[in-house]
Amino acid sequence: MIRCNDVYKSFSGKTVLSGIDFEIGDGEIFGLLGPSGAGKTTLIRILTGQLSFDKGLVTVFDKDISSLSGEDKKSIGIMMDQFGVYERLSCIDNLKVFADIYGVPTDIIKSTLQQVGLKDAGGKSASTLSKGMRARLSLARVFMHSPKLIFLDEPTSGLDPQTMRQIHKIILEKKKEGCTIFLTTHNMEEAYKLCDRVALLNEGVIVENGAPEEICRKYNHQKTIKMHLSSGEDVVIPHESGSAERISRFLSDGSIETIHSSEPNLETVFLELTGRKLEEDEICATV
Amino acid sequence: MRNSLIILKKQLKDTLKNKTVLIQFILFPVMTLIMENAIKIDGMPELFFTKLFSVMYIGMAPLTSVASIISEEKEKNTLRVLTMANVKPWQYLIGVGFYVWFICMLGAGVMATGLKKEDIPFYLLVMAAGFAISILAGACIGVFSKNQMTATSIVMPVMLIFAFSPMLAMFNENIEKVARFAYTQQFKKIMDDMSFAGIKIDNICILAINAMLMMALFFIAFRKKGLE
Repeated sequence: MIRCNDVYKSFSGKTVLSGIDFEIGDGEIFGLLGPSGAGKTTLIRILTGQLSFDKGLVTVFDKDISSLSGEDKKSIGIMMDQFGVYERLSCIDNLKVFADIYGVPTDIIKSTLQQVGLKDAGGKSASTLSKGMRARLSLARVFMHSPKLIFLDEPTSGLDPQTMRQIHKIILEKKKEGCTIFLTTHNMEEAYKLCDRVALLNEGVIVENGAPEEICRKYNHQKTIKMHLSSGEDVVIPHESGSAERISRFLSDGSIETIHSSEPNLETVFLELTGRKLEEDEICATV
Repeated sequence: MRNSLIILKKQLKDTLKNKTVLIQFILFPVMTLIMENAIKIDGMPELFFTKLFSVMYIGMAPLTSVASIISEEKEKNTLRVLTMANVKPWQYLIGVGFYVWFICMLGAGVMATGLKKEDIPFYLLVMAAGFAISILAGACIGVFSKNQMTATSIVMPVMLIFAFSPMLAMFNENIEKVARFAYTQQFKKIMDDMSFAGIKIDNICILAINAMLMMALFFIAFRKKGLE
């Protein structure tokens, strides 16, 4: 669906993307993780044809990005970090504008609003919606014309956990319908939950790429099992066959309160590879 | 063309809820009706307020509304959403431009109610040409500005010059010498005569230079900034 080969991009002599390489298959959710300023939005803008690049090759739908037709572009849905809704228009009117542009029947609007949980807010003007509702309205606009390829630039940034879960549910439903989804985020839990594959982007370079579980397993250097016992004691034992008897004894005693294996999450892998944190950097960057 | 019509439809819906833009469109037509009917002074030229406010309407309403609409869409990111939905920049600009021109022509229609029937086509033709030049000027500012605040800070002095210089020129000869190079002053002169026969070659030349200048500035702004 998308192929990106050795892509470079600079702004005023400053390299923001360097040697970007990845492929995304049909029906896959691909996550691009990185802190603020890593180059995520720049890459999305390149992949959607909004921005030219200095070197490399980008193909979407097996066509060079610069030769996408109007119809190809209509098969792409894009939600950028700002939601881009018409604030004075109602939710229905907002979607009607795009239903007309995409040439889809307007009776699809009600079912789309229902799908994103905005059925009762159809007549409300967008300015009166909460941030979470605006995000869902923006998603409704993206999904309404059933695009084959969807780009979501930090779709849950700044949203409450409940809205985040609702949006995750919608994204997974779209994957089931066969959409290919390119998602940027700095939330590693979101990436782990939603993405088939992720790429970790730092200062314009992809430092690691693969299935989240595989990446976490690959960087599991400690290989230990941590247990918290009912006595209050914390026990750390090697993750190996020789420890099985000891764990079994704790289990049969009923003395284990919690038990965890030590494989890292995407956040710790990113920290190990770059010395930076995904979300803390985000906070520092915005302060 | 279909996309331009969709933009026009969207703008019509939006205007009814956008008091800032709505007031630009109805202020001068309403003021003209009130002043023409309320104030009668001996020796005052015929249709004094209609002619004066018409020129002010040309210099103010299309300029501020087009700049405001485009810069707001840029600021709120809706313009990017439209272009990503495969709406071409020219389709968007035609949609917005035609919408503003159409609404202003409705306003001009209201202002023309005090005119003699035989003068109305001439008046509307002059207003149509004036609106077109002002729309180009507004589009320059809208395209050039990143957000509404920048657009407002540029529009204000430009609008004051174009909208008020014809009025100030009535009271001061020095101002008239400068103001004559503005398209609004030329439209004021043309309207004072209210006939095709009264249009002089220098009126046409100055108007053509103004129109070409606006067009050139628009293309420069568009090439430099696009609709980003």
